[in-house]
Amino acid sequence: MSAHCHLLPALALALGMGAFSARAETITVTIEKMAFSPAEISASVGDTVQWVNKDTFAHTATVKGEWEVMFPVAKSGSIVLDKAGTLAYFCRFHPNMKGRITVSAP
Amino acid sequence: MTTRLSMAFIAVLILGATGVARAADKPTDPQIAHIAYTAGALDVDMAKLAISKSKNKDVVGFANDMVRDHEAVNVQALDLVKKLKVTPEDNATSTALTEATAAEKTKLERLEGAAFDKAYVANEVAYHKQVNAALETVLIPSAQNAELKSLLETGLKIFQGHEQHAEMVAAGLN
Ligand SMILES: [Cu+2]
Repeated sequence: MSAHCHLLPALALALGMGAFSARAETITVTIEKMAFSPAEISASVGDTVQWVNKDTFAHTATVKGEWEVMFPVAKSGSIVLDKAGTLAYFCRFHPNMKGRITVSAP
Repeated sequence: MTTRLSMAFIAVLILGATGVARAADKPTDPQIAHIAYTAGALDVDMAKLAISKSKNKDVVGFANDMVRDHEAVNVQALDLVKKLKVTPEDNATSTALTEATAAEKTKLERLEGAAFDKAYVANEVAYHKQVNAALETVLIPSAQNAELKSLLETGLKIFQGHEQHAEMVAAGLN
């Protein structure tokens, strides 16, 4: 997904319509005491979600069949949201840990 | 095979639970700490058996998760009892749990391949269910120290997570 993904925002910027990349934000979700906090977030395509694991346990953010980010103890990890929709994710090690990201079109 | 573990454990819990009416019979913090630590350590033992016997990637992965999480909880438990200057105290519930798990382990040791995998994972579901019930109905309500109670509450969330994880692994073995 590298070539055209990088090209498009660059082109938009060059044309003075930098809305997509200029507004891209990083949203932080903390993992503490066996829970994602906040559990529900809203974001736009192009934003980054970063999880910071403050637990003494390893966790994951997993969307079944799509992607998984692993968070060892005291580590963080992130993903860039590349399409609009609702992402229901869970921790594969502790499926009772759940989160949701609502991604809106840019 | 999970039945024997349930019966022994539940019997002790009920004996403990009937005592709840009389405050004096509730497990004390040193006993609660011992039960919680024992429950984690026994699950680590079973996981190590699975790691040495199973050739199923999901089963071994699950077992590794159990070792990692329960060892992490128990490190916190040991740190806490040291800080609180509490000496964990052996008791009937810990003994029943240890004996029932030893019997279960003997059975699992005789199984191989898919039969072992299924039995191990089924036992993990049952075991975590029982420990969750104990935490919810007896151990957490009985705990006096706030930090111990908080650690038990985290432990409950971990065990509930493992129960669901075990159910997912079990579903994948069919
Ligand atoms: Cu987790």
